[in-house]
Amino acid sequence: MAIITAKDLSFAYDGKTVLEGVNFALSVGDYLCVVGENGSGKSTLVKGLLGLKAPDGGSIVFGEGLKPTEIGYLPQQTALQRDFPASVREVVLSGCLNGLGRRLHYGPAERERARMNMERMGIEELADTSYQALSGGQQQRVLLARALCATKKLLLLDEPVTGLDPIATGEMYNLIKLVNLCDSITVVMVSHDIHAAVRYATHILHLGQRQLYFGTAADYKESAPARRFLGGSRL
Amino acid sequence: MSELARMFSYHFMQRALIVGVLVSLCAALLGVSLVLKRYSMIGDGLSHVGFGALAVASAFHLAPLAAAVPVVVLAAILLLRMSQSSRLKGDALIALVSSSALAVGVISVSLTTGMNTEVSSYMFGSVLSLSRSDAILSVLLSLAVLLLFAAFYPRLFAVTFDESFARATGTRAARYNTLLAVLTAVTVVLGMRMMGALLISSLIIFPALSAMRVCRSFRSVILCAACVSVGCFLAGLVASYFLSTPTGASIVIANLLVFGLCSLLGMRNIH
Repeated sequence: MAIITAKDLSFAYDGKTVLEGVNFALSVGDYLCVVGENGSGKSTLVKGLLGLKAPDGGSIVFGEGLKPTEIGYLPQQTALQRDFPASVREVVLSGCLNGLGRRLHYGPAERERARMNMERMGIEELADTSYQALSGGQQQRVLLARALCATKKLLLLDEPVTGLDPIATGEMYNLIKLVNLCDSITVVMVSHDIHAAVRYATHILHLGQRQLYFGTAADYKESAPARRFLGGSRL
Repeated sequence: MSELARMFSYHFMQRALIVGVLVSLCAALLGVSLVLKRYSMIGDGLSHVGFGALAVASAFHLAPLAAAVPVVVLAAILLLRMSQSSRLKGDALIALVSSSALAVGVISVSLTTGMNTEVSSYMFGSVLSLSRSDAILSVLLSLAVLLLFAAFYPRLFAVTFDESFARATGTRAARYNTLLAVLTAVTVVLGMRMMGALLISSLIIFPALSAMRVCRSFRSVILCAACVSVGCFLAGLVASYFLSTPTGASIVIANLLVFGLCSLLGMRNIH
């Protein structure tokens, strides 16, 4: 059974359709890269999957016991977050909020979960450091650890390597792949970087205000949308 | 020392001390979230709405605090909603609402009693003239603000740090933004008695800004802001007693000095 199924999905702002004809299904452990130019509807699809924007038509169905509030989301960084006084531990711990239910405060189980995910991302020794003092790559690893606290099944990453230097970018991609392979966590990643997309992902979804391609990454390399996207050169 | 002991042997001083410490705590805790969410101007706007409400209430001989709290709470919810969804820009809207409320207050004052000491105390604060029933209401309300803040601390942190993540993982962010606005409204009305409508927003904003200069985690910023706020209140109260300066203004000056000190310390940490 699929963990996410999108069927004839479309989105509109003020009655104007911005994305339509989206059909895809992902199984547990799949790694989907969503590619497309600016304004192609990638961010809208992310909002739709998170339940922050209601679809104009069609449906999103979650399977395998995944609840819509258990998606590990890594948002694009905002200027607000960068100068926010918060320790790494506080940020990671806030990912455990959806597991609290009716409880008001974090308990030992949440603290342990946060510690484990910091260890997994290699940021355990930074736990008491201020988030704003970290490098871009370290900040993204903190946000990935927070996302992992929020989910056991699905990560949704919105441009996770934007603004990172090549070394930090490579590290980030490897960490995401590691989590995908070792823990069978399904990954949905929005990206500009089409070369990395076909290298790491198992599936590609190419958007251009409608669905231009959905299928495996291997087939995508030979497809017409990929060639057009790259202006004739081959992947 | 004996002068200090004598100062706090007066009943009105004891009342001022208890209410002032509690309201300063509330203002500091909420201030951190408001400053970080870029809602600082809401506190300022609400104080003008509060002045309007108090002026109208006194014109109709209603209990000023009990009448002003619900009006300002409503205004806070309205300002929050409008600043998020309206076509008008949030800060422009707050300026509109606050000056309109001020105008209503000024007109109702001039049509009834004129500029008397009571009106002036709403403008510039008079913590020493708190009545017994006002003091009891202030203590109860500020305890409620402190308890609610402590109870929802993890959720308030989450919606302050990253609202879209909090919403995506099922936290009802709108509910906690409203909670923040309501708590701020209550604190503003309580603080107006002490600081006056013109000075109350500094009680909310200064301690948070000072703490953010020197502290680097959310918890330490909150704790530091609370200490700064209470410390500056005490310094302002004592200074006003001995130097015969207005209490509210003395507290603001104490906050300004601490802010300068924290800025210097913060600059030294960076370089």
